[in-house]
Amino acid sequence: MEAEAIVRRCEALYADLSLGSVREWKAAHPGRPAVGLLPVYVPREIVHAAGALPVSLLGGGDQIDIVKGDASFQSYICHLPRSMVELSLTGRLDALDGFVFPSTCDVIRNLSGIFQMTTRGKYIRYLDLPQAMDEGTGGAFYRRDLVALAAEIARLAGREAPGDEALAESIRRYDRNRRAIAALWAVRAGAPWLVALDETYLLMRAGAVLPVEAHTELVEAYTAAVAGRARKPEDRIRVVVVGAFCEQPPLGLLRTLERSGCYVVDDDLFLGARWVEGDVLALEEGRGSVAEESAAPVDGPKGGPHGPPGSDGGGDPYGALARAYIGKSLVASTRYQPDGRRGEDLVRRVRALKADGVVFAAPSFCDPALLDQPPLQKSLSEANIPFITFKYAENTGQFQSIREQAGTFSDSIKLWGEA
Amino acid sequence: MKLPVAEASAVPVPGETAARGAGGGMPEGRAQGSPRVQKDVSMERQKAMLAGYFSELAHARETGLKVAYTFVPGNLTELIRAAGALGVYPEVNALQSAMRQKSDGYVREAERLGHNEDVCSYVKCDIGMLAAGNIGPTGEKLPPPDLLLLSYTGCFTFMKWFELLQKEYGCEIAMLHVPYQADGGITEDMRRYVAAQLRDEVIPKLEKVTGKKLDLDELSALLARSARAEDDLVWVLDSARNTPSPIDAYFGGVYYVGPIFTAFRGTLECEEYYQALRQEVAARLDRREGPIMPNGVLAEERFRLVVEGPPNWTHFRDFWRIFYDEGAVVVASTYTKVGGLYDDGFRHGRAEDPLLSLADYCLGCYTNRSLPARVDLLASYVRDFHADGFVINSLKSCNSFSVGQLVMMREVEKKTGVPGGFIETDLVDPRYYSQANIKNRIESYLQMIAQRKGRA
Repeated sequence: MEAEAIVRRCEALYADLSLGSVREWKAAHPGRPAVGLLPVYVPREIVHAAGALPVSLLGGGDQIDIVKGDASFQSYICHLPRSMVELSLTGRLDALDGFVFPSTCDVIRNLSGIFQMTTRGKYIRYLDLPQAMDEGTGGAFYRRDLVALAAEIARLAGREAPGDEALAESIRRYDRNRRAIAALWAVRAGAPWLVALDETYLLMRAGAVLPVEAHTELVEAYTAAVAGRARKPEDRIRVVVVGAFCEQPPLGLLRTLERSGCYVVDDDLFLGARWVEGDVLALEEGRGSVAEESAAPVDGPKGGPHGPPGSDGGGDPYGALARAYIGKSLVASTRYQPDGRRGEDLVRRVRALKADGVVFAAPSFCDPALLDQPPLQKSLSEANIPFITFKYAENTGQFQSIREQAGTFSDSIKLWGEA
Repeated sequence: MKLPVAEASAVPVPGETAARGAGGGMPEGRAQGSPRVQKDVSMERQKAMLAGYFSELAHARETGLKVAYTFVPGNLTELIRAAGALGVYPEVNALQSAMRQKSDGYVREAERLGHNEDVCSYVKCDIGMLAAGNIGPTGEKLPPPDLLLLSYTGCFTFMKWFELLQKEYGCEIAMLHVPYQADGGITEDMRRYVAAQLRDEVIPKLEKVTGKKLDLDELSALLARSARAEDDLVWVLDSARNTPSPIDAYFGGVYYVGPIFTAFRGTLECEEYYQALRQEVAARLDRREGPIMPNGVLAEERFRLVVEGPPNWTHFRDFWRIFYDEGAVVVASTYTKVGGLYDDGFRHGRAEDPLLSLADYCLGCYTNRSLPARVDLLASYVRDFHADGFVINSLKSCNSFSVGQLVMMREVEKKTGVPGGFIETDLVDPRYYSQANIKNRIESYLQMIAQRKGRA
């Protein structure tokens, strides 16, 4: 398939706020539920193994007028919860049988309560991702919760809770997806003129609604297709975009950024889809379960709901997901980072990607992204890495000031080597 | 997150008439008695306690005492004391800076350093205060932390706040992850997870910093004292069920919860303070007196209100005066539950294990409860305290409190049949407080309540 055709399909999925593809999936899989996952990160492997379709929800973008949503939030709260409430109350999320709200921030947390009060008859689940970054405490607690979550979603599907082998198989499918995305990211880093930012973004967004297997095929097909593009590099700077991990900027803003003279060689858009670095199941062979290792007072079920760890292959897949969260997550503003290495990580990434600078693009009123900016900027300044900063909302409609800002940033680096 | 506290010279001191900052003197209005400063014995006691504590902090380096910075919701004051350290509460410093009209400058300084106008003003006030020399409310320099004790209870911003401070100080940091009561209850797994972190993470770091082995018997003794003080606090807050109420449970309430929400819980002086406070309130109750308001005893209780959300600190007296002028008494508030919710019987030290008791406390704080649970609590306050209405003070800075409050208001209205009022201010950023706007809204709301009462 040609890259352009793939992108057209992805854009159609992106534009369909009523989740038509999810309805089609449910029609083709009678009795199986679809579960919406709020940003930033929920392990989709659990939902998949439980027999449901995981659907990542990223707001309504600039494609929806907010009426009911604005009646639920004060002016100083970010935009994503408004469009989520609007989508819900206008029936656009009716294809979903439940929602999982991870512990991203106070807004997403309290949004779970709003859904509890306004979305009757749906499964509403809060997922307390551990901030205790220790396998024995946080890992064991999280693992037990994943076992419970899998069982609850399986009940929605009228199934038994998934055993170790079922979950291991789901993880393998997502590991393949992660490898496909990593290969695409390698192309971005090496030859960004072959892959426009809006294309990779749309490709990633398709993974929000498609089954993982279909999404992996799309990513692999796109990556193969762009390799044959006869495009030449342009005189643009290479930048990393930081801060857009939850509420997403509109497509027009991303296009504006690149048209202003930037190649975006890395970003944290829709970060939940790339949360874990590498394979989850790698190095799991022969390891015990998190619960086994735990010194926590309450031991969780070992080896999934049905048996001891490793009894049916895949080691301890629930524990593997817990270990991946603690030890293999990307550095993220929403995850506790006691060693203060966010700045160092960003500098390392910028240098590894040979990027010229950083674009801080954060949603208005986003505490996690905005509170991280001063120390990150300090680290960049100390490393002589230039940056620019702007805020957006998912329905931002005016891009001229961003075009001018990014264009000036690009020109100054090209002319003088610094902003 | 926000903190209620009365401080030696800068807090909402009932009866104090001295003009300070923008607020000026308190209204003459409906008060009876002398316009001169009226202070209860408990007030004098609290002022002395706080002055002594900040002096102790100022000399911590000389005396060799170690210092743990921590937050009010989910604070582990008894544990810190049992480990031989002193607690510093950055929210308290921020609100006191606001009361002293210093927060504006601190917030602007933090913004000059790159902190965004959108984020929590408590954080920016603290960062600005640090940049200005970290001078505490008594004018003495606060010691830097030996340990940042990050109790992740009900507020995500706490985590980011201490990550920022950790970059500044480079000291030891301990995380206590307290799971959220999303389904309206505390599970055994949650309790044991928190207790495991206390055992494996918090206590070892406290011991490492202080060089002292924690004595669990000493901790249990402190917890027992906390429980006795909590019994008295609950009695005081429950006294507002009477008509007229002998207390104001919001503006006065932040003063009542001061010692127990901060550095004193578990101490003998805290226990004695609440005994004295209870006696004072009991005496007012016997005399059928209303609460002591800024200018004396309120003569006529015209409205009984429940308030959700923290107060504005930069214009605390002006804010209070709007209610006072209308004869509105707050009979219950949720903010006075942010550092501990004792309504449902929880008391420190009554669990089977002291660490589990601390876990129960952390898990139970008000903003760690789901929105439906918060709605139920508000509705019960409206009913049980015979309130005429409820007001939500929504704060720009505080997503933990504010997100969902409009939906909560509609739900409480449905459950109680009582209309709610909604205003917007901020914690310590004066740019987000408009006296005329707030006054207009409150007065209009109370007119509507008066009409309803007239029809009833």
